[in-house]
Amino acid sequence: MRSIISVLLENEPGALARVVGLFAQRSYNIESLTVSPTNDLTLSRMTITTEVDCSATLEQMMKQLHKLVDVLRVSELTEGSHVERELMLLKVRTLNSEVREEIKRTADIYRGQIVDITPSLYTIQLTGACSKLDAFIATIGETSEIVEVVRSGVCGIARGEKALRG
Amino acid sequence: MEMLSGAEMVVRSLQDEGIEHIFGYPGGSVLDIYDAIFQSDKIEHYLVRHEQAAVHMADAYSRATGKVGVVLVTAGPGATNCITGIATAYMDSIPLVVLSGQVPTHWIGDDAFQETDMIGVSRPVVKHSFSCRTAEEIPIAIKKAFYIASTGRPGPVVIDLPKDVQNPLNKFPYEYPKSVSLRSYSPTLSGHRGQIKRAVAALLSAKKPVLYVGGGSIIANASKQVLELAEKLNLPVTNTLMGLGAFPGEHKQFIGMLGMHGTYEANRSMHNADLIFSAGARFDDRVTNNVDKFCPNAKIMQIDIDPTSISKNIHADLPIVGSIEIVLQQMLDLLEETKATNDAESINAWWDQINEWRAKDCLAYKTSETHIKPQQVIQCLYKVTKGDAIVTSDVGQHQMVAAQYYPFKEPRQWINSGGAGTMGFGLPAAMGCKIAFPDRPVVCVTGDGSIQMNIQELSTCMQYNIPVVILLLNNRSLGMVKQWQKMFYGGRQSHSYMDSVPDFVKLSEAYNHIGIKVDTIDQLEPALVRAFELKDRVVFVDVAIDPEEQVFPMQVKFGSMEDMYLSPTERTDA
Repeated sequence: MRSIISVLLENEPGALARVVGLFAQRSYNIESLTVSPTNDLTLSRMTITTEVDCSATLEQMMKQLHKLVDVLRVSELTEGSHVERELMLLKVRTLNSEVREEIKRTADIYRGQIVDITPSLYTIQLTGACSKLDAFIATIGETSEIVEVVRSGVCGIARGEKALRG
Repeated sequence: MEMLSGAEMVVRSLQDEGIEHIFGYPGGSVLDIYDAIFQSDKIEHYLVRHEQAAVHMADAYSRATGKVGVVLVTAGPGATNCITGIATAYMDSIPLVVLSGQVPTHWIGDDAFQETDMIGVSRPVVKHSFSCRTAEEIPIAIKKAFYIASTGRPGPVVIDLPKDVQNPLNKFPYEYPKSVSLRSYSPTLSGHRGQIKRAVAALLSAKKPVLYVGGGSIIANASKQVLELAEKLNLPVTNTLMGLGAFPGEHKQFIGMLGMHGTYEANRSMHNADLIFSAGARFDDRVTNNVDKFCPNAKIMQIDIDPTSISKNIHADLPIVGSIEIVLQQMLDLLEETKATNDAESINAWWDQINEWRAKDCLAYKTSETHIKPQQVIQCLYKVTKGDAIVTSDVGQHQMVAAQYYPFKEPRQWINSGGAGTMGFGLPAAMGCKIAFPDRPVVCVTGDGSIQMNIQELSTCMQYNIPVVILLLNNRSLGMVKQWQKMFYGGRQSHSYMDSVPDFVKLSEAYNHIGIKVDTIDQLEPALVRAFELKDRVVFVDVAIDPEEQVFPMQVKFGSMEDMYLSPTERTDA
């Protein structure tokens, strides 16, 4: 099952390495990982998406994360109502005006933006849940050649009052 | 405010932390710290012959005393040589602070001479680590390191100290913090009240309970509470390898060690129990055997200070996070308050069953006219030391035999590498214990494979006059490897035979110690008596034992807890 784990940790050298090391050491899988300082610059917020075989593994993973001395809070997002977003930048080949128009139309439908243009390339920016980005890649791939894709990994937050705070 | 250099701050911080002994080895990156040690009269430093041994000494010093062990080594190989020792301490939850030198900050990342990323290399086997990039950080890092190492589930903490940070020419104001708190780290000590109530109720209604006591009970100093609870409710008690001594080995309610080489009665009691109450044990694979067949009828109750240990291998029906000492005291208080007790009749019936298993006398063994049996050696050791010695061990058959045949009276009396299974642990461990308790008899029970993994420490013993007894069960082989090869590899003894063990008597004499060779059973007791009478000398007793003797009982692979070989030819009904 797919899980999204939010981690609030000290913004200190080595903290990220400890988290990544933990996943490698215990053969937990990481699908994506994003990390950045929060409004409180002494804290970093990390979102990890992972695939686990059972709830016991997930529980152990969360406990192991929490055991790291640098980690303040750990929470699983998919258990409750939440918002998840990923940013993607995608570069496609635009051979002729017909392809360019088709790409523009598809990008509009997905609420993507074209952020860079050359005579033969479009760079599209798209945000959304992973499944939306996957669908966009599949669709655009039918129209044109995809040159490059970069995805940020998932950022997630719980809906409503629930918050992860120091 | 007092002005000190980084190097002086290291030494002063250790002093202010109350540290009296440190173990280490100097080198380029820590010369300034060693110079500060030279000028300190409060800290006694022991120079080892290999850094791994320094960590084992500090580790055993900690196991024997409950204090934090301290190690000081140089960068690069000095630091990496510590890794086995750090991993050993980590697996057994032993508090250590390991200070390692580092190349100057402006060289870090340049592959400078003796540069190793110690923080990175040690990361999987430490509880936490610090790298000090300025001298001012040193006192707080050291304070935090001791706090983290010794609280919660203890463990080793590494502090990396680049050479320029130690510079004796740069002085900074020094103040050692009185206390420290970390917003991201606060171990739970008291048990949840509701869980305590449920635990007591479960314990009182159990008809076939077993109290399963691990090393966590020793670390938490909970032996008094374990004993009180066991006696109050007449519970059968089994100890893990790491828990030996947490409950007295000669107590009538003690049913022996459990697990791979546990007793018949302990393993059968576990398998047939209706309640397993784990106190500071972690359901290790050497205990559970096949987890799918583990204790099919038992409700599992588990206390541990580390939430990750709970339900990791075996699901706990009733988990309690907290210090064993505090949680057991909470349970005892509740029992006292309610005056409730369990049903004596069903407990007596359970004891009748256990005593029937006990009558099997699974640790009985055949003596031989021609060979000394390892069991005889340990029983003789027990007799000669009256059961009062601190016993350290290495890893292998001798370790299991010592665990089975020396009933430890008290906690911190049995010092061995349980989780990591580190050969070479025994001798430096004995030295660490002797430094902590100079007036107590300390013996290292070892094998001819293990002792040669840190034998260079005989030289350290000579330098500091650390008079330990080394009791070598010499079977000229890697006994446990050989046992497995005999049982599971068609008897093919691939590289488990030591073709050239040295003359240990001569070797001991080369280090100005006393060596005694024992070849016959009648020489054994006089040799041990003499070894312990020579209180100010290292005595190396080399006992030639039966090379074919194996360790039994032994659980059958993939079986339940009660599936055991009782001898090479006898197996329990699976």
